[in-house]
Amino acid sequence: MRSNNNILVKLKSAGYQLNNKFLVEGVSLEVQKGKIVTLIGPNGSGKSTTAKIALGIYKNIEGEVEKYTDKIGYVPQKISIDWTLPIRVNDFMVLTDNISNEQIDEALSLTGVIHLKNKNLGNLSGGEFQRVLLARAISKKPELLVLDEPVQGVDFTGEIALYQLIKKISEELNCGILLISHDLHTVMSATDHVVCLNGHVCCSGSPTDVAHNHEYKALFGEQASKTLTIYEHKHDHVHTNEGDIKKN
Amino acid sequence: MFDDFFIRALFAGIGVAFVTGPLGCFVVWRRLSYFGDTLAHSALLGVTMAYSFQFNIAISVFIISAAIALILIQLQKKTNLPGDALLGLLAHSSLAVGLVVIGFLSFIRFDIMGLLFGDILAVTVDDLLIIWIGGALILVVLKLIWKSLFASTVNYELAEAEGLNPDRAKAIFTILMAAVIAISIKMVGLLLITGMLIIPAAMARNVSTSPLQMVFYSIIGGLLSVILGLYSSLEFNTSSGPSIIAASLFLFILSLLKIKQTAGLKN
Repeated sequence: MRSNNNILVKLKSAGYQLNNKFLVEGVSLEVQKGKIVTLIGPNGSGKSTTAKIALGIYKNIEGEVEKYTDKIGYVPQKISIDWTLPIRVNDFMVLTDNISNEQIDEALSLTGVIHLKNKNLGNLSGGEFQRVLLARAISKKPELLVLDEPVQGVDFTGEIALYQLIKKISEELNCGILLISHDLHTVMSATDHVVCLNGHVCCSGSPTDVAHNHEYKALFGEQASKTLTIYEHKHDHVHTNEGDIKKN
Repeated sequence: MFDDFFIRALFAGIGVAFVTGPLGCFVVWRRLSYFGDTLAHSALLGVTMAYSFQFNIAISVFIISAAIALILIQLQKKTNLPGDALLGLLAHSSLAVGLVVIGFLSFIRFDIMGLLFGDILAVTVDDLLIIWIGGALILVVLKLIWKSLFASTVNYELAEAEGLNPDRAKAIFTILMAAVIAISIKMVGLLLITGMLIIPAAMARNVSTSPLQMVFYSIIGGLLSVILGLYSSLEFNTSSGPSIIAASLFLFILSLLKIKQTAGLKN
């Protein structure tokens, strides 16, 4: 029962089809408070679709979704701001919720873009825009954060800093995070549970389990074995890091 | 005070401008100008219905336009035709049916020019009441759905994911569009209503940096267009609609100078 109270969203063999073709099917997963669940898989494997099922964006789905929170922050994979719309970062921050000016400043400072507050949203670079998207999602102090490739276009040092920030947010707000990434080895360090998708759940478990899974190796193929070695190397490295953080 | 036809027209136009300002911004942002045109064309059918059944014009136009909007939504769901083809189909067929019905109503003398281009002589005290009460209602409803409508204009999925119900906002907005056409038809005429929605908003886009600022300038632009247009309509004995729209075009051209200026400052 206790673990039940911590569940924020639960998918029971959920799927979604478009034009009689399944984009993804049979996905079961749950996101709990304070936990980070990472979705990985090749392009078109249904990662974003799974996130949208969890968010309730798709209406006619197969299976079931149980959602136990309304306080949701979402960073979509792609947003294009139409030039017909004059909108500054400041306006974008209050898009779905009336948050205070202090909360806006705090969130923008956390992601390192407070200096862009009065800039036009359409004039930001890709990396700057991602930071604003993340700031907007965390500013409302959500219980569930859904991040669809949140660090795309961000430079390497910024990427590490943002992942550290995401980890910090999950600890401070005790919110659950559903994270989508191509980039296995960077995300792994803070992740509690990994779901590897390829139109269906190919394998899932702790990061170490998945990395050693045969289906995972088969999915990513010969070329990916490189990635895998890099991953394993990184993993050893991160493992001591993780120990350090736990000691603190 | 409202004995003078010109004062009546002026107050009617001011009331219309307060409503077309904010709605026009959404028409520009959501790229709905052709949709607005379709509803306006269908308004002719609404007018003929009003004459046929001795009914209030504004209410009749509102009902027909709203019905056409609902039919459009159904057709979009059930057919594979592209949106612009469906809009064209509904716009021209409702205009045609409206004109055919006028042909049958030979016992009534129609002022077609007034219908198409607006007629300031035609504004009655009843029309004023409909414009101001209807306009106030439209603005109150728009204020209520503002957050979800605006959020879904920026990004539909974001609004849906964070619990703002964008589909409901869109449906309500469609009804508001039918309502604004209903209250402005006598002032601007059905061929030029979309201009009243788009041109002040387009002018405002050129001089604004935030959404609320754009709404504000759009209202100001609409008010100036109405005042300028109506005085010149009185002076030169021209139709009210074209005069108002020409005035708004004048303001739009002025706003282009502002763009040039800011571009110059950047260099």
